[in-house]
Amino acid sequence: MTDARSAILGAVRAALADVPGDEAARWDGPGPAGSPDAYRDGPPDGAAAPVDLFEERVADYRAEVVRCTSVAEAVAAVCARQGARRLAIPPDVPEAWLPGALAWERDAPGRPLATAALDAVDGVLTGAAVAIAATGTIALDHGPRQGRRALTLVPDLHLCVVRADQVVATVPEGLRRLRGAVDDGRPLTLVSGPSATSDIELERVEGVHGPRRLVVLVVR
Amino acid sequence: MTARTPPFADGAREGLANPQLRRNLRKATTTIRDKRAAVVAECDDWDELREAGRRIKAHAVRHLDRHLADLERSVTERGGVVHWARDAAEANAIVARLTRAAGSDAVIKVKSLATDEIGLNEALAREGIAATETDLAELIVQLSEDRPSHILVPAIHRNRMEIAELFRAHLPGAQDVSSDPAALTAAARAHLREKFLSVRVGVSGANFAVAETGTVCVVESEGNGRMCTTLPEVLITVMGIEKVLPRFADLEVMLQLLPRSSTGERMNPYTSLWTGVREHDGPQAFHLILLDNGRTSVLADEAGRDALHCIRCSACLNVCPVYERTGGHAYGATYPGPIGAILAPQLAGLQDHDDLPWASSLCGACYEVCPVKIDIPSILVHLRRRVVAQGGPGHGRLDPERLAMAALGRVFLHRRRYEAAQKAARVGAWPLSRDGRIERRLPGPLKGWTAMRDLKAPPAESFREWWAASRSQGDRDAGSSLRERPGRGGSEGGGDSEPRA
Repeated sequence: MTDARSAILGAVRAALADVPGDEAARWDGPGPAGSPDAYRDGPPDGAAAPVDLFEERVADYRAEVVRCTSVAEAVAAVCARQGARRLAIPPDVPEAWLPGALAWERDAPGRPLATAALDAVDGVLTGAAVAIAATGTIALDHGPRQGRRALTLVPDLHLCVVRADQVVATVPEGLRRLRGAVDDGRPLTLVSGPSATSDIELERVEGVHGPRRLVVLVVR
Repeated sequence: MTARTPPFADGAREGLANPQLRRNLRKATTTIRDKRAAVVAECDDWDELREAGRRIKAHAVRHLDRHLADLERSVTERGGVVHWARDAAEANAIVARLTRAAGSDAVIKVKSLATDEIGLNEALAREGIAATETDLAELIVQLSEDRPSHILVPAIHRNRMEIAELFRAHLPGAQDVSSDPAALTAAARAHLREKFLSVRVGVSGANFAVAETGTVCVVESEGNGRMCTTLPEVLITVMGIEKVLPRFADLEVMLQLLPRSSTGERMNPYTSLWTGVREHDGPQAFHLILLDNGRTSVLADEAGRDALHCIRCSACLNVCPVYERTGGHAYGATYPGPIGAILAPQLAGLQDHDDLPWASSLCGACYEVCPVKIDIPSILVHLRRRVVAQGGPGHGRLDPERLAMAALGRVFLHRRRYEAAQKAARVGAWPLSRDGRIERRLPGPLKGWTAMRDLKAPPAESFREWWAASRSQGDRDAGSSLRERPGRGGSEGGGDSEPRA
């Protein structure tokens, strides 16, 4: 009996006997403007700065948007409003982001916070890699100021700092900026609003397992 | 293999007789349909995206052997382990073996159609391994020992009262939960949180896997997918071999098409992408099981293989007039609706579900909304032809419909037979007609066909008789009467020549 791998690959090849051998195996991106597959991979001409649309779309998915110039001040205000006193932070979040009155626990590569500890903090404060205006998405590539995945997953409140120059207009632009992280072996997490379900009679309920509250701090 | 599934018609009759089901389905399908239409209208390049999506999937599937080998190499380079499974039994055995090797007798699961298809939960239970579904709707389905009825919202056939009763009976600490969806969701969260933080093996499906980089992608809304792919020590992903994408850049198309077509959102709340194993972050062991289970036999049918392009968005369910009325259970398959009607019979090698190609009015709405432009109606017709050709159930050589069609074929082939048949029908129908209609059920083999239809009685004069009469008059009258019946003519007026076969 042949092994499963050879059996499946053999069956695939036999099934595809009609496909010409010299046919391209990959589609290599959209053709020039006017071709039937020429989808948009940049902002429309004359579009406003993507950060305005980003703020609108994030809010539309019921995340809170806070426009700020000082991160620490904004963090202090949000934490006061949300009743958060102790935050988890990635190893490299700058102290300048942290208001004095706030307690924090730093997740360090050598001494990671236990999952139970992440469950016990009031929230987490991170940066982002890229933000996508068209879809109101923040993208984490778990590089600088973002920490490992569990950090932004277990706590119930996520404060995410996005700089205006990190916002791109479209999904293709966003994913192109994330390619380097993938080649580096890093995971990606795309977040569009707080966790949600519509599984019971299609009634939307925000806050299931991921952070139930998402606050995006836009620095501009 | 398993016993044959009950016919679609029986399931449909059950679904149609359930007013609660029909109400829930109508609400669900119309709501999601409207949301989809609104977010699709935001994209002025939607047609181009669909065409790009179609090309990506066609390339992926037409060179599947190469992309699978690439995927295996890239995942392995990143520290993952790739397994191959010819069928459900092989895939289930691999999951059970890996779970035991991890020293666990439990797994937490992200919603996955592939693992539904192979009956993973039941197989694990037989091995003494408890599988917990963590998607809210899948949990509801699992607790009620039910089957999913919709790809996207599997528990849409249940209402809040039923779900509250279920949770009170089965979830520890939820004895007094109210039927408010927010309260029910909170109860599920509390129940599952403990599992997320303690179970050491996670099982997921995959929406996409990128051959070029070895990146696997799961899209979801609740965060249970992030939990299952991040917190366990061991992650096992079961994916159908057709889910492979050649390039990472292909995701920029798919991640636009899928959420808008599926939930009607610009983007689903959470998309997780991981590439093998990442030190100090997430599971430190990753296993990818590549599942055939009938897919290579779908691939072998040139006219049917496009069914493998499906990205499981469920847009075709929401627009299908048949699905909206019968519900998903009637299809008796993991994949219901129009896509199920072309996928399920092919995956079963036309040995089962072979009545599903008839579970359609061929209206074409599914083709219009499909984000990767699968021509579902054409494949339905193709499969009907295949089922009939192999003499499937109800389509044997002595099947009355087949005999009737053969007889009609002979009648239509010759003018004199055709004219004689018209006269005979007029005479035969006369006692049954009233005001130009036949409302009674016809006798014999036509009984079924007329059970729910009224027929127009044959007219007093056929077109051919009228033509013959008006032409002999027209010889005197310079053909003026021809203009009284515009839009006709052409080859029909061929006089004495025999109609072409």
